[in-house]
Amino acid sequence: MGMDRREFIRIAGLSTLLGLGGKGAFELLAPGRVEAEIIPAPRSMKAKRWALVINQKKLDDATAQKCAAACHRVHNVPDFINPPDDKLKLNPGVANRYEIKWLWTAHFHNAFPGDAPPHLAEKVEHMSFLVLCNHCANPPCVRVCPTKATFQREDGIVMMDMHRCIGCRFCMAGCPYGSRSFNWMDPRPYVKEQYPGYPTREIGVVEKCTFCDERLAQGLQPACVEASRGAMVFGDLEDEKSQVREYLRKYFTIRRKAHLGTNPQVYYIV
Amino acid sequence: MADYKNEFGVFAERPKVEKKIFDRNKVIAGLVIFLVMVTIPLWQNLGKTVAAPTPNLDTPVIQKLAEKDKKCVMPKEWMRANHMQLLVDWRDNVVRTKEQQVTTSRGRNFVASDKKQYLASLTNTCMECHSNKAQFCDQCHNYVAVAPNCWGCHLETGKKLAEAK
Ligand code: SF4
Ligand code: SF4
Ligand code: SF4
Repeated sequence: MGMDRREFIRIAGLSTLLGLGGKGAFELLAPGRVEAEIIPAPRSMKAKRWALVINQKKLDDATAQKCAAACHRVHNVPDFINPPDDKLKLNPGVANRYEIKWLWTAHFHNAFPGDAPPHLAEKVEHMSFLVLCNHCANPPCVRVCPTKATFQREDGIVMMDMHRCIGCRFCMAGCPYGSRSFNWMDPRPYVKEQYPGYPTREIGVVEKCTFCDERLAQGLQPACVEASRGAMVFGDLEDEKSQVREYLRKYFTIRRKAHLGTNPQVYYIV
Repeated sequence: MADYKNEFGVFAERPKVEKKIFDRNKVIAGLVIFLVMVTIPLWQNLGKTVAAPTPNLDTPVIQKLAEKDKKCVMPKEWMRANHMQLLVDWRDNVVRTKEQQVTTSRGRNFVASDKKQYLASLTNTCMECHSNKAQFCDQCHNYVAVAPNCWGCHLETGKKLAEAK
């Protein structure tokens, strides 16, 4: 069965018209994307450069542990060392390797390696330093991430997009502070008590402290700061009147491995 | 007649090759078995009907809403076709950026067409009303054989619902 030229042109023309009509109708029914209609929540806190000051003089051991627990609770951080169920117990070596930490304590020699004088003050020797992601102004983790799953927001927060992380762990090799942890297995069963409203993670992604971006967006201070009973101060480094700046004016502070050039934004008063 | 030439040499005439399938019966039997194996899923499902999904809106939160508030953030028909796009846009806006660049607008609140604002959140907004994931989400997803991995991370219970309980 053949088709003469006239008929071919007629059908081709008609289908072109139909095709155009289809696309036009689609554009009319679902115009573009909907993102233009998303706005910041009215209470959200803004800054030019977020920074954290930890006053170690005011921070006792118990409070430090409470801060870490508060952070891990509101972010559904799994506990591989002390799992919620005995059946989930891992052998200690494995559990140590799998451990996920956003905020934890370390001694001076581990937190500030190479910075200790030969005879360190006894008080400092036994101090528990709260350590976390420093939200470096020059973050090597961001530079090495091949997918931009970790990126620097314009307010300084070094953010994690778990949706995009492919688990290559370049960032863990790049971070000189061990601030990042990898999910070697499904973490959800190891979350003690699911904190409603915040996601857990899946196997194969890297996670770390995000300076509580979700709380800042609701106008709340970071969970660790709230639990620290005044030993931690969070604020805008660029704002002269902020409490962070006030503390930096008043006290001498140190930063972790600042000589590496990462420009960490967590300051310690010792 | 001209010489016939092929890769094996020059012949006076075209060589006669017998046109037949060797082991004809075995080959045909084999072909039939192969075809049956490949199409087994079709035979298995032949004549079976899979019930169309009937997403259920009967949840405590929806029941409690006043009649005029019983509506989604977008029209129902639009949501049916585009909810995944909406969720991706929410995600990009909340976690990263407008236009997926590194600098960001970072919105949290979705403004519906009636100017009402909703928190842009799967768990804390969608799942607050649709707390019946199995009847509301899974039914259709199973029917069309898609397996979105949202719930690998996002919990089914949001904050408001947990507080209410
Ligand atoms: S502390 Fe590590 S993870 Fe955090 S910003 Fe710096 S390099 Fe990146
Ligand atoms: S593990 Fe994830 S965040 Fe880290 S570098 Fe790879 S993709 Fe980026
Ligand atoms: S700022 Fe938030 S995420 Fe970071 S350690 Fe503190 S509580 Fe955890």
